[in-house]
Amino acid sequence: MENNQKLVHAFHEALGIDSNLIKDNLTYQSIPEWDSISHMILISQLEEDFNVSIETDDVIDLSSFKKAREILIKLGINF
Amino acid sequence: MLLRDKFCLITGASKGIGKAISEIFAKEGAIIIATGRDLESLNLMVSDLPVYSAPHLVFKMDVTKEEDVLRVFNELSQNKIFIHCIVNNAGIMEDATLQMVKTDLIHKIYNTNVLGTILPSQNAIKHFLRNRCGSIINLSSIIGTKGNLGQSIYGSSKSAIIGFTKSLSKELAPLNIRVNAIAPGFIDTDMIKGMDQKFYEKNLKAIGMRRLGKPEDVAKVALFLASDLSEYVTGQIIGVDGGMII
Repeated sequence: MENNQKLVHAFHEALGIDSNLIKDNLTYQSIPEWDSISHMILISQLEEDFNVSIETDDVIDLSSFKKAREILIKLGINF
Repeated sequence: MLLRDKFCLITGASKGIGKAISEIFAKEGAIIIATGRDLESLNLMVSDLPVYSAPHLVFKMDVTKEEDVLRVFNELSQNKIFIHCIVNNAGIMEDATLQMVKTDLIHKIYNTNVLGTILPSQNAIKHFLRNRCGSIINLSSIIGTKGNLGQSIYGSSKSAIIGFTKSLSKELAPLNIRVNAIAPGFIDTDMIKGMDQKFYEKNLKAIGMRRLGKPEDVAKVALFLASDLSEYVTGQIIGVDGGMII
């Protein structure tokens, strides 16, 4: 699975939403499924799927699907 | 065994209550991740622990230093070790009436007792999410629940732990992560060794059971909170004080 698909899958698993809703403009708390609780599950899912460690500043910064990709790129993941 | 194959991180593990908790957890099959500032005494403590499935681990970690806490949790994650339980035991007690307290001492007590509980907890949550469960056990104090003269700084730092425990338990309950605290009374540890004799005797008389608590008394409650025996218990502050009245 290429990394963009992997990222969509991580969001789908963590937030429990349909994959076609997962686009760059999907933002934190814009839908009921992406609340503070599921945000923690999402962080854990991303760490597990991409084998990275996301530090607190980035946990807070990860405010959209687009931002998630940017943070993963910063952590050495290629898209 | 109540904690077979469970990774349990204990701060301030080398002596006193931290040591007693490490011992009772290890006897119940846990793999101890002992942390503290003194590597030599941590290694010594761990060398006496029974080993069942995997060796215990030791890390030098000062809970007041964020870089230390991050380093330990990152090293664990990189080695695919995800903890099931954390005991935030590291703490200091220094007594003085408020008029006699220097600001440096306030920072020192709050950094160790409060920040030193919050930072490891924050990092532990990601581990618990991997395991789909977890238990945070914080060490408060009877001084935090009842207050005591000459202990406004120490007491308020331990009260902060109660507030932290109660709020965090609500935040993490939907994720199957439990957060509880123990409020020990007068326990026979190094912390009370240097205590003024009059003060010591006064405290002893205030204990209904007429004896000092042992570190093992606290460790048994920590074992309950770490294990599945307490799987439906969260947000609680459990006194271990022999019926002490302050």
